[in-house]
Amino acid sequence: MNKLAKLVAQRLALGLLTLWIVSLIIFLGVELLPGDIATEILGQTATPETVAAFRRSLGLDLPMHIRYLDWLWGVVHGDFGRSLANGRDIAELIGGRLLNTLFLATVTALIAVPLALALGLLAALYRNSLFDRTINIVTLSSISFPEFFIAYILILFLSVQAGWFPSLSNVDPGEPLWERVYRVALPAFTLTLVVVAHMMRMTRAAIINLLASPYIEMATLKGISRSRIIVHHALPNALAPIINVVVLSLAYLVVGVVVVEVVFVYPGLGQLMVDSVQKRDIPVVQACSLIFAATYILLNLTADILSIVTNPRLLHPR
Amino acid sequence: MSDDATGPVPHAPERGIPEDEELIIEQAPPERRSRWAVMGREFLRAPWTAKIGLAVILVYVFVALFAPLLTPYGESEIVGMEFEPWGGAFMLGTDNLGRDMFTRLIYGARNTIGIAFMTTCLAFLIGGAAGLMAAAVAGWVDQALARIVDVLMAIPQLIFALLLLTIFGTSIPVLIIVIAVLDSTRVFRLARAVGMNVAVMDFVEAARLRGEGLGWIMGREILPNILPPLVAEFGLRFCFVFLLISALSFLGLGIQPPTADWGSMVRDNATLITYGDITPLLPAGAIALLTVAVNFVVDWFLHKTSGLRDEH
Amino acid sequence: MSTERETDMAASAPAEPLLTMRGLRIEGFADEAWHEIVKGLDLTLHRGEVLGLIGESGAGKSTVGLAAMGYARPGCRISGGEIVFDGQDIMALSEAGRRRLRGVRVAYVAQSAAASFNPAHRLIDQYAEAAVAHGVMSEAEARREAVELYGKLNLPDPETFGRRYPHQVSGGQLQRAMVAMAMACRPDLIVFDEPTTALDVTTQIEVLAAIKDVVREFDTAALYITHDLAVVSQLADRIMVLRYGELVEEGETRALLEHPRREYTRRLLAVRTLRKEEETGAGNVLLRVHDVSASYAGLVTVLDNVTVQVPRGRTVAVVGESGSGKSTLARVITGLLPPLSGGVMFHDEPLPPALANRDRQALRRLQMIYQMPDTALNPRQRVRDIIGRPLEFYLGLRGAERERRVRELLQMIELDPDAFADRYPGELSGGQKQRICIARALAAEPDLIICDEVTSALDQLVAEEILKLLLRLQKELQVSYLFITHDIATVRAIADDIVVMHNGRVVEQGTKAEILSPPHHDYTELLLSSVPEMDPDWLDGVLAERETLEEESPAGAP
Repeated sequence: MNKLAKLVAQRLALGLLTLWIVSLIIFLGVELLPGDIATEILGQTATPETVAAFRRSLGLDLPMHIRYLDWLWGVVHGDFGRSLANGRDIAELIGGRLLNTLFLATVTALIAVPLALALGLLAALYRNSLFDRTINIVTLSSISFPEFFIAYILILFLSVQAGWFPSLSNVDPGEPLWERVYRVALPAFTLTLVVVAHMMRMTRAAIINLLASPYIEMATLKGISRSRIIVHHALPNALAPIINVVVLSLAYLVVGVVVVEVVFVYPGLGQLMVDSVQKRDIPVVQACSLIFAATYILLNLTADILSIVTNPRLLHPR
Repeated sequence: MSDDATGPVPHAPERGIPEDEELIIEQAPPERRSRWAVMGREFLRAPWTAKIGLAVILVYVFVALFAPLLTPYGESEIVGMEFEPWGGAFMLGTDNLGRDMFTRLIYGARNTIGIAFMTTCLAFLIGGAAGLMAAAVAGWVDQALARIVDVLMAIPQLIFALLLLTIFGTSIPVLIIVIAVLDSTRVFRLARAVGMNVAVMDFVEAARLRGEGLGWIMGREILPNILPPLVAEFGLRFCFVFLLISALSFLGLGIQPPTADWGSMVRDNATLITYGDITPLLPAGAIALLTVAVNFVVDWFLHKTSGLRDEH
Repeated sequence: MSTERETDMAASAPAEPLLTMRGLRIEGFADEAWHEIVKGLDLTLHRGEVLGLIGESGAGKSTVGLAAMGYARPGCRISGGEIVFDGQDIMALSEAGRRRLRGVRVAYVAQSAAASFNPAHRLIDQYAEAAVAHGVMSEAEARREAVELYGKLNLPDPETFGRRYPHQVSGGQLQRAMVAMAMACRPDLIVFDEPTTALDVTTQIEVLAAIKDVVREFDTAALYITHDLAVVSQLADRIMVLRYGELVEEGETRALLEHPRREYTRRLLAVRTLRKEEETGAGNVLLRVHDVSASYAGLVTVLDNVTVQVPRGRTVAVVGESGSGKSTLARVITGLLPPLSGGVMFHDEPLPPALANRDRQALRRLQMIYQMPDTALNPRQRVRDIIGRPLEFYLGLRGAERERRVRELLQMIELDPDAFADRYPGELSGGQKQRICIARALAAEPDLIICDEVTSALDQLVAEEILKLLLRLQKELQVSYLFITHDIATVRAIADDIVVMHNGRVVEQGTKAEILSPPHHDYTELLLSSVPEMDPDWLDGVLAERETLEEESPAGAP
């Protein structure tokens, strides 16, 4: 177990290191801004006095490493500074929206993951059947479509024409759960279609790969029934590749969420980020980037650690 | 039973030592047909999805190349009222500023596809060269490059693109460079992985022992043997870049007006959806169709070159 | 095989054969079409009989073995003929019916035990699985029997052995565990598919002994598939020789070995009798490795104080099993792995330890040929470019001159230049590829060629041709060979001097005559006595000898 613990600890350390370096990149990236940020923002009203005053108010006159440490310190304590666009406290701004985005992502994941795994497993087991080939074409098309295309088609048919779901997903914090789920249905459906397609294809490939292992053939030659082979021989070894697949697919979720939030005008973190980019509200952009990146790194970290922990060679060393 | 072991195809026998009976020691595999003959035969055997895919790609390329000859109006010419219905002088109606949709669609092909293609090429140049070098040189160079790429890939691509575009602005050269650099990380990973598989083979070691320089090993020993996966990856990366640029344009952060671009065209005309008008779906559909076509072709290509043998 | 058993078998005139195959046809799918792999084979196997299936690659022997279980690998199909097991037509059964036979009446032992065990489950669970799933006995009973069998097969700590996972156990032990697993339901027939091919010679002998014991004790019939005639003659009552999916010859083991009727069989038997005619070369020492120690990344010591010499025009064979360090020695000599201490002298001048520091002439005069012809040639280069590159690179030959020399070299390796110069490696057979590798080495006009297991991956008859070629070339060109191998027969065939290595050390070295005749160092003795011979009584003899040695010296055998 010692070796296992060591590997896990190493992975954790690596994850934290990566997160730190990413924070550096996000912070320093802004430093590369050609021209002066103050002049950019102030535009017409930029006289030397106003520029200097503005810079002081933002703390831009301090040396870079001090600013970075200040910012980092703040971030770790939940203080992301203030928005340039409206002066509000960023943490406040983000808080509610982050929850909304997480809600959307969770609803999607809850439907998508089991569905994709089941479909992928079936497609692998009944390889080259009509079912498999149809699913292949459907999912290949689905991963090729841009999210906004799928979103608008769904809006056209399910909202405008059939009137079943609302096309704008304005969620209020006070709403009951089922109301929220109803409003979030179309965006979640859009995302599900995309994520399921990716996940299902990868699951299928992983399982086909697994089923080609010699020990599976050996079990067949011992006369073991197909269902027992799947459950008893394949699945224990499938954990690691499947975890990998799930995590990689959830990464598509992170990206898809941004576009979908914009189409459905859903008050989430993605929409906030896009708005801020348009307004060049840099502190907000930095904060959002950091959160998205942290989520991504966390997902990858979880996947790696789970793979380590489910590897029989590491669980039972020589 | 005959004493000579002859197989089902003609072969060039090795010299065995003749005693009472002529014993041919080995059968050689049959000679290959020429590359072109093989490719032609493969194409005829391709599934219908791949064939349609290829046809679609060819049409798109044609349209992109000959755009000015195919359009009745100028790219950003305002020729009528906003949101005119289909028919008459404007085959597909007009957009939110009164420009002809059909013309904009055709020019959009040229712009969007052209930019996506250039970006993919640049990404391949950077990522491919770096990956190939990492595979050929190994050691600390490989470790350093791999770590850098790991960190760059720790930030989701769209987010990173948004961050960089905020900083550097959204002119077309910036767009191309930013996305190419971000995407080169994926190309690096692939080139490195397949390159390493080849780099451990004995013939590469034989070249090293000969004293061959890095350039020879990279370009003449490793590269020719990793072309099939690289070609497939080119197709896939093109799709991804294409979708990413469209998404950015859709968000208003990619290709800027008045340049015709499918992503921003969807955004400009989005309000029509609420009236049940499918016009905004046209540019979106154009994006989808091309990506689907490329994906089908790449899927078939991968199936052929990876030698996956399906059950019969 | 003991004479007792022979008379037993003759006495009980066999009733119905256990397994009959008539006109068996199997097809494989390649290049978009079905090709016949097995072309109408007849086979009969009686209860308690061991039948050896011998053949080189492409003979179809594995496929026939699997067909006995009614199984065809993906990409293969049983296209014709009859397979009757104990009166039942296997192909007429449903898949469920065939499943009921597998593991219970017919069992399979694969070539690679490491790949055939599920890494996620313990060995004893996998042992019991077939027995319990088929309802032959309860889990507890199965476990008890497992311990018994592990003991019979001489596995360490039989009581706790089964609780281990596959990756915690060595190759030879795992193979025996697989044999035990096959015996779990006391099947009527076991198909052994090259069970010892991947093992070292010293491990192989233990596994062979285990198989022989178990098959005898439980009176199990067996199909023993291998390419090694010497191995199969230890266990088989009858032998069938296969080639390209057809039967060449069959007969009782002793009769076949003493009086083979077909040329192919004769050649297979003769394979171990190739001998170098006379000692070649003498005098100047070309390559001198002195006191070399090396390790990988400063961790485990792979070479420990190794000293070796190669005189001009002679062949020095370096022989050892896996882990002996022989391949590492080659890497040190070629400069891929600079040693921790000691050095290499070539033509009485020190060779720079790292490859990067050597000049082109030094590189030219020292060439290497690899084990796997498939990976030793760039699939995207034509033969003329593969051979032509060293000509260009070292000797500056271009154009017509280069072409002329390429043709000369092709003729030297016995290949027709017109037919072969334009080919890609994918269009060549294994032996032809290896000849191209030889030509590539010769193109540089070297003084010393390191041959790293160059015949180990080839079929035996092909390997013999390559060895003959190498011998001829040495006579003509006076080139020296440093021949690395694990196979004693090869050593006998081509060596002038022998170096025996074990665990990174040189155990013994001298001329061939010195090393191969007693007295031997203990390890050399072990190595030489573990090499199977074409004598059916060899295995019993060696085991008996070793037993008496053990009894005499309770400190244990080496």
